[in-house]
Amino acid sequence: MDSFLKAEGLWFSYINEAEDPPVKTEVLKGVDLDIKKGEFVAILGYNGSGKSTLAKCFNAINIPEKGKAYVDGIDTSDEERLLDIRQRVGMVFQNPDNQIVATIVEEDCAFALENMGVPPAEIRQRVDDALKTVGMYDYREHAVHKLSGGQKQRVAIAGIIAMRPECILLDEPTAMLDPAGRREVMKTIKMLNREQGVTIVLITHYMEEAAQADRVVVIDSGEIMLDGAPKQIFTQVQTLRNLGLDVPQVTELCYELKKAGVDIAQDIIGEEECAKALFELLK
Amino acid sequence: MAVIKTENLTYIYGEGTPFEKRAVDNVSLEINEGEMIGVIGHTGSGKSTLIQHFNGLLKPSSGNVYIDGERLWEDKARLRQIRFKVGLVFQYPEYQLFEETCYKDIAFGPKNMGLTESEIDIRIKETAEMVGLKSELLEKSPFELSGGQKRRVAIAGVMAMRPKVLILDEPASGLDPKGREQILTMLKDYHTATKSTVMIVSHSMEDVARYADRILVMNRGALYCLDDTEKVFAKADELMAMGLSVPQITRVFARLKEMGVSFNKDVYTTPYAVKTILERLGKSV
Repeated sequence: MDSFLKAEGLWFSYINEAEDPPVKTEVLKGVDLDIKKGEFVAILGYNGSGKSTLAKCFNAINIPEKGKAYVDGIDTSDEERLLDIRQRVGMVFQNPDNQIVATIVEEDCAFALENMGVPPAEIRQRVDDALKTVGMYDYREHAVHKLSGGQKQRVAIAGIIAMRPECILLDEPTAMLDPAGRREVMKTIKMLNREQGVTIVLITHYMEEAAQADRVVVIDSGEIMLDGAPKQIFTQVQTLRNLGLDVPQVTELCYELKKAGVDIAQDIIGEEECAKALFELLK
Repeated sequence: MAVIKTENLTYIYGEGTPFEKRAVDNVSLEINEGEMIGVIGHTGSGKSTLIQHFNGLLKPSSGNVYIDGERLWEDKARLRQIRFKVGLVFQYPEYQLFEETCYKDIAFGPKNMGLTESEIDIRIKETAEMVGLKSELLEKSPFELSGGQKRRVAIAGVMAMRPKVLILDEPASGLDPKGREQILTMLKDYHTATKSTVMIVSHSMEDVARYADRILVMNRGALYCLDDTEKVFAKADELMAMGLSVPQITRVFARLKEMGVSFNKDVYTTPYAVKTILERLGKSV
């Protein structure tokens, strides 16, 4: 498969100019990462580990201090290609209220397309398609502020997919949502990935969400500590806890049972496989 | 005795306008002194509107609220004193920090209560220790701290008033797993140490299951139930239908039951699940 997002020896620092002399905080320290077209990658790490900073490097919001970030082969430090990059990679943030710009659902969804100079008839088509994709078509004429958190977040996602990006970066999109909102957003993300081949990078603090990805990358103090299939990552219970992270409850259960001397698989990360393993044990 | 009691509490936003919305509908409940309550409900279910009545930020459209036996709004002159009994911590409370130092920020509430300098000093030090804030941080600007530390300062500011009831709206949201655990454990310790009533609003069923004695469920403005944790999570289907959920571990045990392996009691935390299974296997715990 082709590489789509690529970081090579990537360094990034924030500089606080308000201090004299300016204070520099190194956030990313030589990150190497290669995300293939069509992958669904979850990024985990404690607050301040550099996950969001890394995601912003792939949308050319952050430009590397040292090393390179590439999007579909385009060097993100090439200012002339900024629009090409932003059209290929869309970003969804944590708080839906901060990313809604219009008062009506379909107008919000059309915002980027208008800026891109897409012809009106095509805007209509793309907005309708995008809203149908996220299941918000029936709400196209509704006021955005009256929607629930999960609905607003899906409108934000629709605004991104209307641009037809090849990749969507989502920075804790479910952090402020109720359980139903979280289910709606996760379902939408998985559908975009599996059915439309959109590359997904999901930053999350919910281990159950990360367990649904193809690949999990764990960042600690600006460096990649672990990178592999969810089963490979979540079996390292103690390592994850030392990194300030956690594992899904089902994985924790099997880990604790094993510690107590029960013969049970240690690579269980899903509910159904956990129920089956317990059934075999207890039947 | 009930520290919080409501009788047919109803609140209508924009009453008499075309945008009229009944956010809290005829809610009657009693919260006892010293309880740790989890509050759950879908977005827009009325959780926040309900808790804002508990310290008089909102005035009921109809019905009554009693705090510590005293009817709110009966005597407006008493309102201020009653408010000191119920501390409300909003979502992302760190956005409300404003003072030059953490010390001054925590002191703001107690100062308003008219306490003496020395009493305020004692409370600040005590509270800082309770929330796990090192004393050297007290003289720092809250804006120099990390997100998790800022949140501790903000919560300490309310705790320092020593309210009888502490209500927190999503105190762990936006924190990483370790930060979540630290904040929630800190609240549990505070609850144990002060024997005060604590209410936590949360969207995480796993967190609520671990820390609450009873769970209050709001659904479309109405009180769906206020009951023991295990009784609430036994209603998995109803909770799912109202946009909520049950902890992952509870779903696994529900699936096991479908397969034919059932247990007498419902399981909603991992340690309890481990214990239950080990007992069934005849292993000592």
